Amino acid sequence: MKYVDEFRNGDQARAIAQRIQKLVAALGVPKDRPLQFMEVCGGHTHSIFRYGLSQFLPEEIEFIHGPGCPVCVLPMGVVDDCIAIAEQPNVIFTTFGDAMRVPGSKKSLLQAKAEGRDVRMVYSPLDALQLAKQHPEKEVVFFGLGFETTMPSTAMTVQQAAKEGVKNFSLFCNHITIIPTIKAMLDSPDMRLDGFLGPGHVSMIIGAAPYEFIARDYQRPLVIAGFEPLDILQSVYMLVKQLLEGRCEIENQYERIVPREGNRVALGAIAEVFELREFFEWRGMGSIDHSGVRIREKYAQFDTERKFELPRQKIADPDAAQCGEVVTGVIKPEQCKLFGKACTPQTPIGALMVSTEGACAAHYHYGQVEIPLSEVGA
Amino acid sequence: MMCLGIPGQIIEITDAERQLALVEVSGVKREVNVACVVEPDQPVESCIGYWVLVHVGFAMSRIDEEEAAKTLAILQELGEVQEELDAMQASQEALTEGQKP
Ligand code: SF4
Repeated sequence: MKYVDEFRNGDQARAIAQRIQKLVAALGVPKDRPLQFMEVCGGHTHSIFRYGLSQFLPEEIEFIHGPGCPVCVLPMGVVDDCIAIAEQPNVIFTTFGDAMRVPGSKKSLLQAKAEGRDVRMVYSPLDALQLAKQHPEKEVVFFGLGFETTMPSTAMTVQQAAKEGVKNFSLFCNHITIIPTIKAMLDSPDMRLDGFLGPGHVSMIIGAAPYEFIARDYQRPLVIAGFEPLDILQSVYMLVKQLLEGRCEIENQYERIVPREGNRVALGAIAEVFELREFFEWRGMGSIDHSGVRIREKYAQFDTERKFELPRQKIADPDAAQCGEVVTGVIKPEQCKLFGKACTPQTPIGALMVSTEGACAAHYHYGQVEIPLSEVGA
Repeated sequence: MMCLGIPGQIIEITDAERQLALVEVSGVKREVNVACVVEPDQPVESCIGYWVLVHVGFAMSRIDEEEAAKTLAILQELGEVQEELDAMQASQEALTEGQKP
């Protein structure tokens, strides 16, 4: 696969690129210490690679691909928990398709399905609820994951289940929340980021205000960005401009979708159904305080964790895997010892190689690295 | 890809009580929840005709028609439109799996 060759507005992209170039020159960025901007959202990672946006940027600017791909940061132990649930008698286990191929310590959900477990890919948690109503004799579990973009959908599905008195539906809640995650990265001793591209659709839910601490307490700029190539380039321009002018602010490039105050209804549903966990385990990043949510007592009967006995094992990634360093921007994907060798999209070892939103899979498919022909599509 | 969503147009309310509506996404009709895009103090019906961004079965945000067309074109290029539609289709099959026709 290659880039989307010449996207519409290629000229506009080059024009923005020139303006960025000018700012970078004025800023006097040393070539051996490029500006590093992290895109927190996997959707941005996907667009950056698909459109080859790095080629529009001067050498002095680098994208660091953040942890924003929810399946990529799932610890192996959680995948094992999913499989343990799916292996119970009488269970229909439902999930978004993205999670099917993530390796657990022994197998993936896809393999569990091949072994005859009732694992079904659904498009929406509403479909899982529907399935529960159609099969009152079964326990239907929905595997909920993702940041604030998908959180309202599971919250509202749980509310709906409660309203309708559905007894055989539960949510295995593995949602993660963006703000503590960004904070953990800012607190990391390895941190040397110069700014952030803020996630567009998470921000559509939470608004712009929750990011203020990044500018105030950490003196880093953040620009909430859309997903189109021009959005991303424009946002990079806005970041560099802030640096040049000595400003650190939370700006919103994606105003057409992101209201400053977020979505009231969605935030209401989240607050009603979920509460913060003390900590949540991330693949490759360890445990991050308050970075996950669980179901409140009020909705306990829809909580898979309370309905089922779960193994809850901590499973370390294979020693050679360097997913944690990749996800925090310490190394580039192709610097991982397993990249393109033991770990490929066909035989993923880390989840970053599973989803096209994951940095490793994106590098593998679209990166400029040379990949031996024998391994392509093998 | 769950974080990008896909634009569609609300064409009909199917269940006002549960705030469900039929949304047409790239020629395919799918029932989605519209609670997040109905204006406060307005009946659900008021959102018929809205263009919205649909995430995993929920309309999460209003967008204007021109923006919707642009976004669709981009998602088409990224190969995401077909992926979304396939996911919807697969879900439909998941709902009927194991049932005798
Ligand atoms: S190449 Fe594989 S093991 Fe290495 S960081 Fe990427 S996903 Fe992890």
